[in-house]
Amino acid sequence: MKKNQNVTIKGTKDGLTLHLDDSCSYGELKKELDRKLSENSRSVEDRLLSVRVQVGNRYLTEEQQEELKELIRQKKNLIVESISSNVITKEEAEKQKEENEIVSVAKVIRSGQVLEVAGDLLLIGDVNPGGTVMAGGNIFIMGALKGIAHAGCHGNKEAVIVASLMKPSQLRISNCINRAPDKDQDDEKREMECAYIDENDQITVDRLQVLMHLRPNITRLQGGS
Amino acid sequence: MGEAIVITSGKGGVGKTTTSANVGTALALQGKRVCLVDTDIGLRNLDVVMGLENRIIYDLVDVVEGRCKIHQAVVKDKRFDDLLYLLPAAQTSDKTAVTPEQMKKLVDELKQDYDYIVIDCPAGIEQGYKNAVAGADKAIVVTTPEVSAVRDADRIIGLLEKEENVEAPKLIINRIRSHMMKNGDMLDVDEITAHLSIDLIGIVADDDEVIKASNHGEPIALNPNSKASIAYRNIARRILGEAVPLQPLEEENKGVFSKLKKFFGVK
Repeated sequence: MKKNQNVTIKGTKDGLTLHLDDSCSYGELKKELDRKLSENSRSVEDRLLSVRVQVGNRYLTEEQQEELKELIRQKKNLIVESISSNVITKEEAEKQKEENEIVSVAKVIRSGQVLEVAGDLLLIGDVNPGGTVMAGGNIFIMGALKGIAHAGCHGNKEAVIVASLMKPSQLRISNCINRAPDKDQDDEKREMECAYIDENDQITVDRLQVLMHLRPNITRLQGGS
Repeated sequence: MGEAIVITSGKGGVGKTTTSANVGTALALQGKRVCLVDTDIGLRNLDVVMGLENRIIYDLVDVVEGRCKIHQAVVKDKRFDDLLYLLPAAQTSDKTAVTPEQMKKLVDELKQDYDYIVIDCPAGIEQGYKNAVAGADKAIVVTTPEVSAVRDADRIIGLLEKEENVEAPKLIINRIRSHMMKNGDMLDVDEITAHLSIDLIGIVADDDEVIKASNHGEPIALNPNSKASIAYRNIARRILGEAVPLQPLEEENKGVFSKLKKFFGVK
């Protein structure tokens, strides 16, 4: 066995895993990977093998990832399934954090105003007619929703909109749009309601309590009972 | 050092100018030195409502462009002894003749000489609005019990909240027709206040007398018998910090007798 082996190949029941060492230089790694895989490809196998690549604490740029994928792909019976790394850039981390955060805002969103957040929105106040709230995730409104709410605005179809008083001029979730009926049909006392995309790709408004079954992922509580 | 109050609404025709004239007059009646400033350049009419049109020599644009001093341009209201003045807008230029910075400087200068500067804002949210708001410390939003006016008021409140130098705006609901409100054909006072979620500083009933008085160039606030006049006087007192309860809206109770009196022109 060579002393410092930068590339190790392990077989698991799901396929091959390539462990690439993170202490050597990128150039060295590429060279060794090329050599290793060339040795291996001598063994004759017909079917395609999927490979997962683990790079440890090494950060790979998009180009480098492509380069590695290309390198491995050239060995004819190998396909890269995924490249996983323990490290991400600060920007990516911040973006992920933003997308998973609940942002709380105490404000009345008035006509002409637009409030947009990357993650979930908790609005402590109303959305007046002509006002818009947008969120990459879910929208929870503690007051009255009389304007437009757009949840999952980057395409998340699982997103929901919850409001204490649901009287929106428009509801949007992902790319579905639903508008209020032209006639005000009810003035009966209503409790808190939620809106979600149902199995027919339609936005449906229902009691709040249905969400725990439909969108169990909303629960973020770890542990507890 | 005085205080500058801008009267605005977003929507046109809800009674900004009438409110400016009457709040200003009512403040003067309370013994304050007041200067009304018309910022509706190109479409001035505060001077007409005040009945001061034919005394105008210089205007706001003249002051800003240095053609005259402020004290030369302000028009004194003869009905008051050295309390009420008007700085009229120019009729020949348009809103772009003045910048917000110039307005701020002008208002700051006026604040040295007067207790209250009441700024009449033009309709809209463009340059004219920006000019009017630039120098203000406080804002009063005027609306009527109509959905469109309330919608625009909401928009303007949103813009005012962004202004750092302006305190949280106060609301006047103008042209209330009590019978329509009672029947639910009009938004009611509580509904509007809850929707806009700002403090109410006064309600003014729809009164033919207001139009009549405006046409005569006499602010209704000068007439102590009119309901609208009392409403404006109450607003002025609230601006001065007094706690004055809202006027009851019901006037039907006054019955046939008062209608007869009105019919015969007895006040």
